[in-house]
Amino acid sequence: MSVVFEKTQLLTDKPFHYCPGCNHGIIHRLVAESIDELVQEGKLEAGNVIGLVFTYQGDGDLASIGTAEIVHAAHRGEKIVTIFVNNAIYGMTGGQMAPTTLVGQKTTTSPYGRDEAWCGAPIKMSEMLAQVPGSYFIQRCAVNNNGNIIKTKKAIKKAMEYQLEGKGFCMIEVLSTCPTNWGLAPVEAMKWLEENMIPYYPLGVYKDKGADEK
Amino acid sequence: MALTLMKGSEAIAEAAIRAGARFFFGYPITPQTEIPEYMSARMPELGGCYLQAESEVAAINMVYGAAGTGERVITSSSSPGVSLKQEGISYIAGARLPCVILNVMRGGPGLGSIQASQGDYFQGVKGGGNGDYHLLTYAPASIQEAIDIMMFAFDKAEKYRVPVLFLADGIIAQMMEPVEMPEMVDFKVDPEKKPWAATGWKPGDDPKKRAVINSLYINTEELSEHNELLQSVYREIEKNEVLWENYKTEDAEIVVTAFGTVARVVKSAVDELRAEGVKVGLFRPISVWPFPTQALRDTVCRDQVKAVLDVEVNAGQMLEDVKLSINGEKPVDFFGHLGSQFPTTAEIKQKILEMKEAM
Repeated sequence: MSVVFEKTQLLTDKPFHYCPGCNHGIIHRLVAESIDELVQEGKLEAGNVIGLVFTYQGDGDLASIGTAEIVHAAHRGEKIVTIFVNNAIYGMTGGQMAPTTLVGQKTTTSPYGRDEAWCGAPIKMSEMLAQVPGSYFIQRCAVNNNGNIIKTKKAIKKAMEYQLEGKGFCMIEVLSTCPTNWGLAPVEAMKWLEENMIPYYPLGVYKDKGADEK
Repeated sequence: MALTLMKGSEAIAEAAIRAGARFFFGYPITPQTEIPEYMSARMPELGGCYLQAESEVAAINMVYGAAGTGERVITSSSSPGVSLKQEGISYIAGARLPCVILNVMRGGPGLGSIQASQGDYFQGVKGGGNGDYHLLTYAPASIQEAIDIMMFAFDKAEKYRVPVLFLADGIIAQMMEPVEMPEMVDFKVDPEKKPWAATGWKPGDDPKKRAVINSLYINTEELSEHNELLQSVYREIEKNEVLWENYKTEDAEIVVTAFGTVARVVKSAVDELRAEGVKVGLFRPISVWPFPTQALRDTVCRDQVKAVLDVEVNAGQMLEDVKLSINGEKPVDFFGHLGSQFPTTAEIKQKILEMKEAM
């Protein structure tokens, strides 16, 4: 029997604590595979001036409690990659309203649906950080189908390459589902993401100074 | 060695650099802004990192990150700014990282004033952030003492893997005194001595090599074990790191307790009263956590001592530790000034004389 696929060795065997159907597992794997490939390609070497530095964040710490910090990290052009998982809800604390929660979306702290009149419209972090002079590469992706998963992987790897070259602040926003807290089955959640999140949070490259320089 | 006349904030900053600090993260706030100003000029000369954060919250989290690499990291602020840092300080204590934090105390609560105060004793010594933790906390009374403590502060922080807090005040930072500045220490991160430090993973390294800097323990048993470890470290510190000064307490009938610059006003009062034949002395905690409980008991729980007076620029914060230590065995009186008003020698003398008359 021949081995056709193996989980990247960079991921430990420690079990994830995510619910079934959650997209975090996919995104974790994409991050680990990207690092693995950079090592194999010799792009991540002992001689790198700066090592690979990345953060993995959610709607709460990136778009709410840590907004000042992410804006200023981008503003200073910190040479880091940020993987921002946007699932339009606070998953870890049990499904409360996030700054990214869509208008009308029901959560445990917006039981009547998010009201734009006093909660504001959902915050668009990629668009916002692309405006900050210090940011270098900003792309919004999704992991709702194989094509988009491959695009997300490419974006993460590209951001890591830029970071290793010391280019500047890079962020990959990944639209993701939270079936448990959305109250949807995993397949329905994917559909909800496609029908509701992608139209409000358009996928694509919002800033690429690397491409602009070419 | 020759003495140099230096401003407190600059002397403390230079001492931190000579002790090996090469990372400073801070945010301007009176009366300590000269510290970041000095660091911003000095760090680049030595290949160090000075970074003005967007807030105190950001600054302390930068300390958290940099301390995780095993480097010597310092931050500085004043009372309202130190309040903002409390969450990060709790995380650093939880993650068992060494670093040095300076609180140049000013009047409170809230924005309070920009003048010196001692109102943050509780915050520094009793917690401040969430959880069961302590900071090795020193209260220097002179610029030279602050320098001398700084020269071993990082060693202690690294030995016990705890943050060290300087509970200084606006007077120490703003005044000038002649000081002797020690030689530069040759510091380099030794991964052998700091196996916990995140010094980076390189291709070829063991794939399982991971330095996890973390204060989260979802499993309650693991958290309990972690806290037991923290507490055992604190017991060691209590055993080994207590510092205090006894001044003319040998034959004293009245012992005054005071910390920081206020103790120097008390010292003047003691000297003047001694000249008048009053048997009075000063007991000054230098480490306020761990508090010198046994040393204070040895000083005051003797037949000849009739009364104890605690003097502070707050409503009586260290007073609680003084009373806990003495445990009702001697009467303890208090003389405090609130906010940022420092007591004069004459006021303290007056208070002591009143106590003597009532004896």
